[in-house]
Amino acid sequence: MTLSPDTIEVFAIGPWTINATVAFTWLVMALLVLVSWWVTRRLTAAGDIGPGQNVLEAVVVFLLDQIREVTNQKPEPYLPFVGTLFLFIVTSNVLSVVPGFHPPTGSLTTTAALAVCVFVAVPVFGIAKLGLRAYLGNYLRPSPFLLPFTLIGELSRTLALAVRLFGNVMSGTVVAAILLSVVPLLFPIVMQAFGLLIGVIQAYIFAILAIVYIASGTELQERRARVEEVRQ
Amino acid sequence: MSDFGLIGMASILIAGLTIAIGSVGPALGQGRALAQALQAIAQQPDEANTITRTLFVGLAMVESTAIYCFVISLILIFANPFWAAVQSAS
Repeated sequence: MTLSPDTIEVFAIGPWTINATVAFTWLVMALLVLVSWWVTRRLTAAGDIGPGQNVLEAVVVFLLDQIREVTNQKPEPYLPFVGTLFLFIVTSNVLSVVPGFHPPTGSLTTTAALAVCVFVAVPVFGIAKLGLRAYLGNYLRPSPFLLPFTLIGELSRTLALAVRLFGNVMSGTVVAAILLSVVPLLFPIVMQAFGLLIGVIQAYIFAILAIVYIASGTELQERRARVEEVRQ
Repeated sequence: MSDFGLIGMASILIAGLTIAIGSVGPALGQGRALAQALQAIAQQPDEANTITRTLFVGLAMVESTAIYCFVISLILIFANPFWAAVQSAS
């Protein structure tokens, strides 16, 4: 039994060995790009849209609605980042029912990379929206004495984001492997179905938490500005 | 007792204890959160969407402590650094 797909070597390009994590990440990326390209090749605004366009529109509208409800802002600037996170994680989690597929999210390296993306995206979106000065000012509110705790909070929530996704996906594969050796008939299938549910929920939670963190970087200042407006 | 026996015994014992104790708190917390959310939905069915979303996010937050314990116990059993050190020393 392997705990992490990092240790499985798939093939080698020259001096670099490509492990299962990287290979399956590329596979998921290729799948997402190909399906998106194939569906968006013939978009139409006519009444009868194809099934592919229908599904993609439903996904995009769902993401836009969720982002709008969480942030109370226009969702379009956040859609590319958060939508990509959600689609990548949900695809790799759902594909884990395919035999021989090791979900790349079951490796701490992938989830840590995704969490670092969120960690970087929070100040990027915050500075883009508020400007450098106002964004950094957010850290000193309500009191400069709380600055260390804010910084620790930023780091620990990144760690929690990475370990949560990794732990959930990895526990699914490990439990399936253990069950396979104890009760190989039927029961693992139930656990696989349960794992599908967990995988989709975890992808949703990762995306929602990312947007909550991003929103907290852009919103705090705005609310204060609104209060001052009312005061004047 | 040899180093192998000692490390193996301590790892397995602590791994079991970690997941046992570590899952009690999150289980109680999640049950409480779920009960409150159900009550809130029963009182305000119109707000069910918002409540459900917040509930999911909150459950994930609570659950992460149990996940940490699970990861720790897995590390103790499958990727114990002391075990590897003793193995390479002998």
